[in-house]
Amino acid sequence: MKNLLYSLLFFFVIANINAQQTPANKQTTAISIEGATAHLGNGKVIENSLIMFSDGKITFVGSAMQRIARLGTVIKAEGKHIYPGFIAVNASLGLAEIDAVKATLDYDEIGSMNPHVRSIIAYNAESKVVESMRPNGVLMAQITPRGGVISGTSSVVQLDAWNWEDATFKVDDAIHMNWPGSFTRGRWWLGEDPALKADPKYADYVENIKSYLANAKLYLKGNNDKKHLPFEATKGLFDGSQKLFIHANGQKELTDAVTVTKDLGVKNVVIVNAEGAESITDLLVKHNVGVVLQRPHRNPNSEDDAYDYTYTIAKTLVDKGVTVAIGMEGQMERMNTRNLPFYAGTFSAHGLDKEVALQLITSNAANILGINDKVGTLEVGKDATLFISEGDALDMKGNIINKAYIQGRDISLETHHTKLWKRYSNKYKSK
Amino acid sequence: MRKLLFLLFFLSLSVSYAQDYFPTDKGVKTTKNTTFAFTNATIYVTPTDVIKKGTLLIKDGKVVGVGRSVKIPENAITTDLEGKNIYPSFIDLYSDFGIAKPKNNRSGDQYEANRSGYYWNDHIRPDINPLGDFKFDSRKAKEMINAGFGVVNTHMHDGIIRGNGLLIALNPNASDAYRLLNENSGQFLSFNKSVTSRQSYPNSRMGAMALLRQTYLDADWYAKGNMNNKDLALEALNKNKNLVQFFEVGNWLDATRADKVGDEFNIQYTIIGAGDEYERIADIKALNASFIIPVNFTNAFDVSNPLLARQISLRDMRKWNQEPSNLSVLAKNNINFALTTHGLKSVKSFHKNLQKAIKYGFDEEKALAALTTIPASIIGNSEIGNLKEGSVANFLITSGDVFDSSTTLYENWVQGQKNVINDMTIRDITGEYSLSVNNKSYKVTITGSGAKQKASITQGDDKVKSTFSYSNEWISMTLNEKSGYTRLIGKVINDSNGMEGTAFDTEGNESKWTASMLMRKEDKKSRKKKEMSTVEVVPVSYPNLGFGNFSQPKTETILIKNVTVWTSEEAGILKNTDVLLKDGKIAEIGNNLSARRATVIDGTGKHLTAGIIDEHSHIAASAINEGGQNSSAEVTIEDVVDPTDINIYRNISGGTTTSQILHGSANPIGGRSAIIKLKWGENADEMIYENTPKFIKFALGENVKQSRYSNGTRFPQTRMGVEQLFIDYFTRAKEYDALKKSGKPYRKDIELDVLAEILNKERFISCHSYVQSEINMLMKVAEKFDFNINTFTHILEGYKVADKMAKHGVGGSTFSDWWAYKYEVIDAIPYNAAIMHNVGVTVAINSDDREMSRRLNQEAAKTMKYGGLSEIDAWNTVTINPAKLLHIDDRVGSIKEGKDADVVLWSDYPMSIYAKVEKTIIEGKVFFDRQEDLKKRKAITQEKSRLINMMLQEKLGGGKTIPPMIRKDRDFHCDTLEE
Repeated sequence: MKNLLYSLLFFFVIANINAQQTPANKQTTAISIEGATAHLGNGKVIENSLIMFSDGKITFVGSAMQRIARLGTVIKAEGKHIYPGFIAVNASLGLAEIDAVKATLDYDEIGSMNPHVRSIIAYNAESKVVESMRPNGVLMAQITPRGGVISGTSSVVQLDAWNWEDATFKVDDAIHMNWPGSFTRGRWWLGEDPALKADPKYADYVENIKSYLANAKLYLKGNNDKKHLPFEATKGLFDGSQKLFIHANGQKELTDAVTVTKDLGVKNVVIVNAEGAESITDLLVKHNVGVVLQRPHRNPNSEDDAYDYTYTIAKTLVDKGVTVAIGMEGQMERMNTRNLPFYAGTFSAHGLDKEVALQLITSNAANILGINDKVGTLEVGKDATLFISEGDALDMKGNIINKAYIQGRDISLETHHTKLWKRYSNKYKSK
Repeated sequence: MRKLLFLLFFLSLSVSYAQDYFPTDKGVKTTKNTTFAFTNATIYVTPTDVIKKGTLLIKDGKVVGVGRSVKIPENAITTDLEGKNIYPSFIDLYSDFGIAKPKNNRSGDQYEANRSGYYWNDHIRPDINPLGDFKFDSRKAKEMINAGFGVVNTHMHDGIIRGNGLLIALNPNASDAYRLLNENSGQFLSFNKSVTSRQSYPNSRMGAMALLRQTYLDADWYAKGNMNNKDLALEALNKNKNLVQFFEVGNWLDATRADKVGDEFNIQYTIIGAGDEYERIADIKALNASFIIPVNFTNAFDVSNPLLARQISLRDMRKWNQEPSNLSVLAKNNINFALTTHGLKSVKSFHKNLQKAIKYGFDEEKALAALTTIPASIIGNSEIGNLKEGSVANFLITSGDVFDSSTTLYENWVQGQKNVINDMTIRDITGEYSLSVNNKSYKVTITGSGAKQKASITQGDDKVKSTFSYSNEWISMTLNEKSGYTRLIGKVINDSNGMEGTAFDTEGNESKWTASMLMRKEDKKSRKKKEMSTVEVVPVSYPNLGFGNFSQPKTETILIKNVTVWTSEEAGILKNTDVLLKDGKIAEIGNNLSARRATVIDGTGKHLTAGIIDEHSHIAASAINEGGQNSSAEVTIEDVVDPTDINIYRNISGGTTTSQILHGSANPIGGRSAIIKLKWGENADEMIYENTPKFIKFALGENVKQSRYSNGTRFPQTRMGVEQLFIDYFTRAKEYDALKKSGKPYRKDIELDVLAEILNKERFISCHSYVQSEINMLMKVAEKFDFNINTFTHILEGYKVADKMAKHGVGGSTFSDWWAYKYEVIDAIPYNAAIMHNVGVTVAINSDDREMSRRLNQEAAKTMKYGGLSEIDAWNTVTINPAKLLHIDDRVGSIKEGKDADVVLWSDYPMSIYAKVEKTIIEGKVFFDRQEDLKKRKAITQEKSRLINMMLQEKLGGGKTIPPMIRKDRDFHCDTLEE
């Protein structure tokens, strides 16, 4: 009896603490937001705007001065700001919960060539880390596997869902490849010179990638006795339905990554991380290769680099005409993904116009992910994935979000964090 | 049989040099007591006492006469050294000659010592006497002799305290009984652990320093007869106390650290430097130590691949350029130093490197002193390193100036025994000759030097195939012509420029041949002059890397006008206000201020705040964790502050001016903190606060219980054990303190002294903490021992026990929004700061991260987003609140008249993502200025190009190069371990 009581109590407590936010229902009534400053995500701003959406789609974007009937529920938002939902590219949300607990880690499969490994089925739609994105305006993400040479296939999700199937926005959008580095250092622990030198094996590594893709391409011509699952998985690279995201750093590596894969007939290439991309902007523009930059909140590589190198790189690339988005890969990347707006803000502080910086996490991200027909800007016909912020959402002080919608659904902005906040604030109030 | 012959050979050798009183059964007993006289030489009795046309007289391995008019005994063997020089043979005080490298112990890490009957730490080995392992290494001796050395001081290079040294004469033909000049020639130390033990303590520089201190204290306690056990290590240490103490370090910073430990115990170490002393020569000079300096220079980088070259740091490029000037810089600063071959891959490069140093301005007389009289005086032996009467007959015979590249070293006499390096009888016969043999004439061109002189022979325009050799005064040549072979044998004609001898033709017919000189070879001196002119050394900056300062910032009078002032005081935010900084203090805040000779800055549209204070940082340190034991209260980060860390500069570029450099969280009781001002370019002592508040790091939770070790063995492994550990240490500290205060004799224990300071409320705890249970526990433990915890740092579940914290009076220094990186932070919430603040806890936002610490203004802003702090309260979390937590709020943390002029000028609202730092001022000195920074960037590019061109020139000129090396930044966090 006592045990039963304890178990019940246990379940009650656990349930109370662990309950995820319930995903919102489909939009049934139209919503009109008027009076806010609308940041469209394409560089344009409408002061005193009117935005209307129904059945999950935006039906009107214009000035509140316009004499047009406000449909459904009207939200007065004078002095507030509306943004398209922010999109985190090269994220790994939902593939791990606690970095230091191996049992929760699902982002790195063994094997070096894993195009057939798909992130989407491991995506935990109920992750507490995922729900903590929404109060900061991050409403969509590309869920990306890590490790190996070909890490696997990513998918794009929206961040309010019962399960991965619900969450799926664009399934298997891209294959991710880690380009080898051209430098190697001696194994100092074996007494070798630790100096970094040109890696004599670099050419072999590149050749290995070349021949893998070439073989896959041959295989895909048909007439195979036996199925080769990894090769099957690369089909989209050659017919243009999937993008190849190449994670690479260094002028030489980036150049090779673009030219080698283009020569092999890969249709859509995106460069990820891209340290040194400022030296090859002509090549990137020529081949229409987008760049997913690393988070700016990191230290420059060399002590001789300008302290703001990681802050100014976006401006350098944008000025040269490169399409730039912001990726999440790196230390504590999942929990830090909620700082995406502030990464864009930092790029703005160091050169980019605010609306251009906003594009990095809205329209440019959608472009690079190939979902710009549906999301990324506030435009009629696109998904009503947007939010209302008290102030400038790229700035910490202004990023106070009181309403957010994903495909028109009025989503919860509560999280594990807000619940604990309220719980303990109340504890001290009642004393 | 062969072995027997060998044995006999050695026996015969040892017999000839056997001790007087030893019996012999090999024949009649003979004594060698030949006198040698060397006449007409230029004799360097010492580097400054030079006798021209002098005579050196030696007998029985000693100098028995030296001077212009020395009477030569009739039975002396006399050598005329007309035109030649005699120098004392060199001395190398830092060597492992004849001592085999100890074998690495490859077992797993352990906490206990392997040895028993010795000190509790295996790395303290003063008892190691290398004599038992000493084996005269003839091959190595020959290398050293060839380089001019006559005496080496050798020891076992292993451990922190390494035992005594042996002073050995490099006399290959004597027994150890003669060669051993001193079997207790010094005691040797380093910061490096013994490879023979895997005892994990100490695993940091600061741990090694603490261990040395405790060892000295214990040795003293032992000497006074207070220990009831035998400790052979401490006995040896006490026995070696009066020997010269040699301390090897890896860089100039470590030199200052070693010296600091020595000073505390009235020991002046002789420091074996690293060759980088020029980087901070004033600090090196201030040590007042003697040095032993290696002459080991790095080669130029191969910069021919621009992609690779781009990655080499300016710091490493400068090293190549500046390093050869080290000896010259040391000499010009009148630092007493000797030279060593230590660190050279091959002793053969010693002279080449020394010549390079001379080219870079090192005085030749000082070079000679650094190899002779100075090492002799360091080791306290007046009979070596000079050629005064009575000194050991260790001397060199050379063809000219000993450090000149064209000089030949003929002989190196050690203990009166001749070692021939280049045959003196071989003349320089280089030049062009006309050879006539069998009525044919040829042209012979002889080049090279010594026994390696070689010839090429032509007849008319045709080259004649030939061989040539010249040794023992005999010349032999073979001409290989169509007509057959001609063999020539002959000698140089005395006092003439010719040769003659006998030729044998193909048929064996003999005839005479002669050769007469047409032309001497080119004059070397003109070439030497050309070399002298090419040295170009780039200036040293502080610190010596890309963004270093060529001149230290000075305290200025600065008037910032019409600026928005965030006071972090009750006055709140003052618009359109003037602030005057004078004499390093905030002199006045008001309107329409003026000051004579002030630099006026227009602050219109800008914001001025107090400098940001980071309560939890790990930048600017050479070590963060001493995890070799579960308590390391004896270590202090102050010992290992690294003023050369680029993160100091990056932090001031983000407005941070003060950081508490905390020990890591590898163990429950960590080390003491360093609270520093980020005065970029100044040295460690200048950065550490004067009268600094005393802090120590404690830690709880997953890190201290080694949660991410596959199988931890160190107590504690659970939070339960953590509590008991604290109770244990505080109980012992209390007992210790009581004994100490009683006036009775007690064994001084640094660790317990530090813990007693906590009990006596003289030292404050900043404790790494996560979950509520352990937070609560530590407060209870503290209360039990009647003190308070000062700060919980990280404190991510502080919001769950904020009321208890407020009641206890402890502050909370937390992250703005970190969580989910380990299990103990699953309930970490970004509202933590706000809840703690609302309940009345003093809250700071910290970084624990060298990147976040350069934008703590943004992190402070997040407390407005998460939990709705007012902008003033939010800003206080990175200024006055951390100042309060660190007990420095009377000096910094706000803009208040009389406080230190530590202020930041921002381009924008300081907590905005758009805010950039324009100036960071500490104590009235501008350490960061955005405009200056832009200039520095340009200067770095220019200097790199200049050095790259110099390296290319070096490579194209045939110099050796090494592949580019890329310097990787160290990234220290709480859980970063060394090694």
